[in-house]
Amino acid sequence: MQRRIASRIGMLLVAVVALFGVAAMAPASAAGDAVIGTLTGPDGSPVTGVAITVSNEAGFSGSTTSDAQGNFRVEIPEGGTYAIEIDVTTLPAGISLAKPEDASRELLILGGEKKLLVPLVSGEGGGTAESGTSSGSGSGVTGQQVVQLLADGIMLGILIALGALGLNLVFGTTGLTNFAHGELITLGAFVALLFNTAGLHIVIAAPLSVIVCAVVFGWGQNKVLWKPLRKRKTGLIAAMIVSIGLAIVLRYTVSLFFGSGPKTFEQYAGQAGINIGPFSTTPKQLVLAAIAVVLLAATVIWVQRSRIGKATRAVSDNPALASATGIDVERVIAVVWTVAAGLAAYAGIYLGMTQNSIWNMGQRILLVLFAAVILGGLGTVYGALVGALVVGVFIQLTTLVIPPEMKTVGALFLMILILLVRPQGLLGRRERVG
Amino acid sequence: MDWAFVFSQTLTQALGITAIIYCLAAIGLNLQFGYTGLLNFGVVAFVASGAYAIGVIVLTFELSLWLAIPVAMGVAVLLSLLLGIPTLRLRADYLAIVTIAASELLRLTVRTVLPDYLGGTQGLNGKIGQQFHDLNPLPADFESLPVLTWTRQDLWVVIVGWGLIALFSVLMLLLVRSPWGRVVKGIREDEDAVISLGKNTFAYKMQSLVVGGIIMAFGGILWAVAKQSVQPDTFVPDFTFFVYTILLLGGAARILGPIAGTIIFWFLLAGIGEFLGQAIQAGWIDFLKPTDVGAIRFILMGLGLMMLMIFRPQGIFGDKKELALDAR
Repeated sequence: MQRRIASRIGMLLVAVVALFGVAAMAPASAAGDAVIGTLTGPDGSPVTGVAITVSNEAGFSGSTTSDAQGNFRVEIPEGGTYAIEIDVTTLPAGISLAKPEDASRELLILGGEKKLLVPLVSGEGGGTAESGTSSGSGSGVTGQQVVQLLADGIMLGILIALGALGLNLVFGTTGLTNFAHGELITLGAFVALLFNTAGLHIVIAAPLSVIVCAVVFGWGQNKVLWKPLRKRKTGLIAAMIVSIGLAIVLRYTVSLFFGSGPKTFEQYAGQAGINIGPFSTTPKQLVLAAIAVVLLAATVIWVQRSRIGKATRAVSDNPALASATGIDVERVIAVVWTVAAGLAAYAGIYLGMTQNSIWNMGQRILLVLFAAVILGGLGTVYGALVGALVVGVFIQLTTLVIPPEMKTVGALFLMILILLVRPQGLLGRRERVG
Repeated sequence: MDWAFVFSQTLTQALGITAIIYCLAAIGLNLQFGYTGLLNFGVVAFVASGAYAIGVIVLTFELSLWLAIPVAMGVAVLLSLLLGIPTLRLRADYLAIVTIAASELLRLTVRTVLPDYLGGTQGLNGKIGQQFHDLNPLPADFESLPVLTWTRQDLWVVIVGWGLIALFSVLMLLLVRSPWGRVVKGIREDEDAVISLGKNTFAYKMQSLVVGGIIMAFGGILWAVAKQSVQPDTFVPDFTFFVYTILLLGGAARILGPIAGTIIFWFLLAGIGEFLGQAIQAGWIDFLKPTDVGAIRFILMGLGLMMLMIFRPQGIFGDKKELALDAR
């Protein structure tokens, strides 16, 4: 029995390594050498979504967009002279380069991390920018800013819900607090990235990644790891620690094969924003959020209406009783793992397309997922959705009063607070807390 | 390849300052998790609170290190109370999520707020341990021990560090053999049974959290004194998972578990790192870069944690009967 589990874990690892082996064949850049920097607007807020391209005469070319904190990083193969271009059309409305010549310059980079300074000013001097991204300008709290943050919060809430729903379904049916759920998100983004760099358009790479992740990392993970552990009657605490080990293994496997820098997809990386009424966003964000809503709605309807969905709820309530009434509990769990991994993979692609893909993206969002799940009620389907929306909106709105780099703090604090007053969560049932 | 060099570097790390810091944290966790059954996933928060208390008192307020140590202990007690009051009544998995969240909350907060006092993202750097290093009794012309290549300053920290480990291990032995120890072990096995005997289990759990937290804070104190630097982003949850791996490797609920776990864990981790580094330099392995070694060490550690938990949850020296890990 022990040998069988060991060989199965081995199989899982071989699958992971084989999948990433393809990526390793791509010319890897020496880690460490990079052009980095932070884009900050004149009011001190981060400037997101600005496209930066670094290239040299030897034919190297790398590009990125600044992330939610305004940070960007382009890894370069070696020291030398590089041409650095900033796409001024991706600057938000009302912000332009202080020195127009910054848009295109040549720099001698000796090695290590070269910090690029890009002073920005308000006004339309520099480019033909006529669009805006997330960060609002101006000092005091304006009504428009609140509307913008509310919209951003709902978008973030939808993203969190994708992860939280899967986390809750797995917890409900198996009792496992899965610390490796964040890595399912990371894997979704990086498998899509793998297909994308292999030449597939992201529109094809994304659904392919969702399917591969659902089957390999959802159904497969349950099959080779968790099902045998359940058969051995491994305790829930022990299983939780196993999931932590798995999370570490997966996380550093991704970093081993893809490096530690953030990655972007080849298409739609630096998309110009659009204004819809009082708030501004990007078309890709709207499309991604719309698909996410459809996926979430489909999952909820599936849980409520379909035969296996009803069976899922029965198993969540009482596995022994469900089994006694003829429900194949193991089959339900296998389906739940598949659905959870698929939703998480889509969340990873969503995150990778709107910000960027980085090896620890799942770890960064995991605690926010837990906050959403605990807020809504551990193990409940609607709880995950409600909790995710509340946490998403709360995170964005708190940036009005606390620095943006601390916004996760608000969500974690909210979680601890809810545990004090209503430990079963908003929609949870009392006896679940025990 | 220079095998003697690999061995000497590995052994120096396995017994060195970093290993001592992890060992102190593991001793504290052994009381909380091994004996009392509290799933504290915020170990790093206690270590950080000890280190930061020392840094702030010595560097920001320019007061004595000897005053800073009791303050650090006080901060650890305060943190235990803050963490314990809302969470000790909850089920084990809730406790785990809340404590890990609290440790991240703390890290994100100290790296942002009050940069004049806490040093922001750069943390506090300077002569934090000067008063301690001034007491170094080793001769000024001290070179190095035969195999263990510590500097004069590091050897002094190592001696005091292992002294602290011995002291806390004896304290633990006395604690767990006392009536108090029998009650906390009872809580781990069956809390309801202990309640029905009329014991206030909340108070016992809180005491265990506080005492364990103070021992962990000593890891942080040693950190600040030895490394003369306290940086927020070194206190990440991975530290906590390392400590769990160490404790589970050596055997939870065993006095010598944390010590055996630390030495074996760091010997393996450092040995693999040194070996891979040398092998890559010597050209034996050409599909890896020197910068990959760190990631490989983490992958092996994660695998080790999984295997331990699946095949031998009691660790190397633990007793499976004593450790009822399923706390639900």
